[in-house]
Amino acid sequence: MLEISSLKAGIDGKTILKGIDLTVNAGEVHAIMGPNGSGKSTLAQIIAGREQFEVSSGSVEYDEKDLLELAPEERACAGIFMAFQYPVEIPGVSNSYFLRSALNAQRRARGEQELDAFEFLTFIQDRMALLNLHDELLNRPVNDGFSGGEKKRNEIFQMAVLEPRLAVLDETDSGLDIDALRVVANGINSLRSDDNAMIVVTHYQRLLNYVVPDFVHVLVDGRIVRSGDQQLALDLEEQGYDHIVAQAA
Amino acid sequence: MNSETEMLREYAERDYQFGFVTDVETDTVPAGLSEDVIRFISKRKREPKWLTTWRLEAYRHWLTMEEPHWANIEYDPINYQDIVYYSAPKSSADGPKSLDDVDPELIATYEKLGIPLHEREKLAGVAVDAVFDSVSVATTFKDQLAAQGVIFCSFSEAVQEHPELVRKYLGSVVPRSDNFFAALNSAVFTDGSFAYIPTGVQCPLELSTYFRINAAKTGQFERTLIIADKDSCVSYLEGCTAPMRDENQLHAAVVELVALDDANIKYSTVQNWYPGNEDGVGGIFNFVTKRGACRGSNSKISWTQVETGSAITWKYPSCILQGDNSIGEFYSIALSAKRQQADTGTKMIHIGRNTRSTIISKGISAQRGQNSYRGQVKILKKAEGARNYSQCDSLLIGEQCGAHTFPCLDVQNSSAHVEHEASTSRIGEDQLFYCQQRGISLEDSINLIVNGFCKEVFRELPMEFAVEAQKLLEVSLEGSVG
Repeated sequence: MLEISSLKAGIDGKTILKGIDLTVNAGEVHAIMGPNGSGKSTLAQIIAGREQFEVSSGSVEYDEKDLLELAPEERACAGIFMAFQYPVEIPGVSNSYFLRSALNAQRRARGEQELDAFEFLTFIQDRMALLNLHDELLNRPVNDGFSGGEKKRNEIFQMAVLEPRLAVLDETDSGLDIDALRVVANGINSLRSDDNAMIVVTHYQRLLNYVVPDFVHVLVDGRIVRSGDQQLALDLEEQGYDHIVAQAA
Repeated sequence: MNSETEMLREYAERDYQFGFVTDVETDTVPAGLSEDVIRFISKRKREPKWLTTWRLEAYRHWLTMEEPHWANIEYDPINYQDIVYYSAPKSSADGPKSLDDVDPELIATYEKLGIPLHEREKLAGVAVDAVFDSVSVATTFKDQLAAQGVIFCSFSEAVQEHPELVRKYLGSVVPRSDNFFAALNSAVFTDGSFAYIPTGVQCPLELSTYFRINAAKTGQFERTLIIADKDSCVSYLEGCTAPMRDENQLHAAVVELVALDDANIKYSTVQNWYPGNEDGVGGIFNFVTKRGACRGSNSKISWTQVETGSAITWKYPSCILQGDNSIGEFYSIALSAKRQQADTGTKMIHIGRNTRSTIISKGISAQRGQNSYRGQVKILKKAEGARNYSQCDSLLIGEQCGAHTFPCLDVQNSSAHVEHEASTSRIGEDQLFYCQQRGISLEDSINLIVNGFCKEVFRELPMEFAVEAQKLLEVSLEGSVG
């Protein structure tokens, strides 16, 4: 589904990713771990299409097409979703209006019928329940005045509604207390299927206790220095990044 | 940043959507202003002598005045002798009796603008008094209004049919000598709308007027007078677009509102005159004086405006809160893109006891647009218990535009409460990326964010107007960010 080869990229002339190779197939969950500043979020944002980052060499293919050619909204319509580390506030725009606009834009792109306000409300009911969200949150402006936990749950709610084929979760666990973490993890797990894939970017192991990855990659200084299964994440938690970095060196 | 610049350029290259000119024979006086021209206008309109004198006195006063230059706007000097002060579509010299008598080309023009009159007639609750250039060409729903005793007609007709009302109230809110542009208007105004709502009547329809400037080099000097008698209520809608022209066109309208005891006037404007091109050539100069007097106790006047057009906007719809417990409101969205300059805001003059005012101003600047909010809240000595709340928010799109706020508070009574809040923000790449990542196109993302920013004002507009206004913002912002 996603094929990243020798990807080098950076921002403002500074190289951050120094040659990334990563293959993600349908049905797989990949965890990307690494210390602060290793390039985890950069990788996530390049997949999502953030323009500030410049790709200097390498390629990213999605469904055998050049992903880097596509605008962010085209990627979204092709099934790529990113859960933001810092969800953005849009004052005056209700959460439900925003999400319906997004869903209908994607449906239009796929040649499907758009949903009207009533159909949309029906469509999202069980997904609201999944993330333990109240109706009231739908009518509030997007992320405006949301607590940290509400913002993250709202991200996964959006993912549940938009049903992406490839979801990139950027530090979705950060800032969550243990109850919220469970709700979010439960939401993520219920969206796993053989048809879609996820890339879970995280600093800590704890989310991976709930969302068990098929592969774990350790990103250090713009390179994947180790790959393994869930055990690698547990080792990291126990021994710290320094140890793994030293081993890799 | 590069992509932003590119998108800005793209926006600049867009043509004005409503840029076309209707070919109608006009009956026009030569350019220039003199007492003779004023007498010609007055005679042409078969006005009573007192009105001719009133105009001439305004003109003589105007001659002693200087064009004001305190606003945050720049433009080449206006040559007032270069302006044509009277033009009327010839075919309607005697006034059309019905839509069938209206020049089909005029109707076609309105249709191009999305204002099909005969459809509007059928639309629930909207009476249209359409002004093409200077003479009213169609008035509808008059009978229905007349049954309630509501007078809604062109200003010229009011002068003929209801001279006592016109004489009593004309210039009573905006005196002839009020300011340079108001004095000019008082001397040369050609037509406009008049409404009188009698005591105890809730006007059964939203009153609506579409203004339009057409003939080349014709200044437009509209005069509007609305009187809401005791315990009456009226909602008035005004909307405008203009065809494309290379030369600047001066527009200096005067609107006067009078609310007596317990009366309520809601005045809504959507303004979309030609803003000029990307180099600042062409576009309407819009110098407008709008003022409402809450003369009676418990009266209320509410201004809502969506200003997206004109090269220059100089406009401060104001309220004089004379009656005890009277209420003044001002809700505004002003958008300046290309090289548009808007200096707009309001004045709330608190005179009576327990008077209240609310000001919500949303300024949007894009490309090289300059947007200034200028507001005055004045609480006079006797205005015991007066309250004001002002909120001025500015949204910047791109790097070459500007937002300015000039609030002025003058509080002379210590029991008054005055609050002022202001904010300035930029449409962030973060916000745009967030929307796009969810699948929403760049343009739709901008619209979504701008509409959210303006929500508090849209809420104040009558329903169908709100939809129109939203569309207008979208058209005006097309391609303005990257």
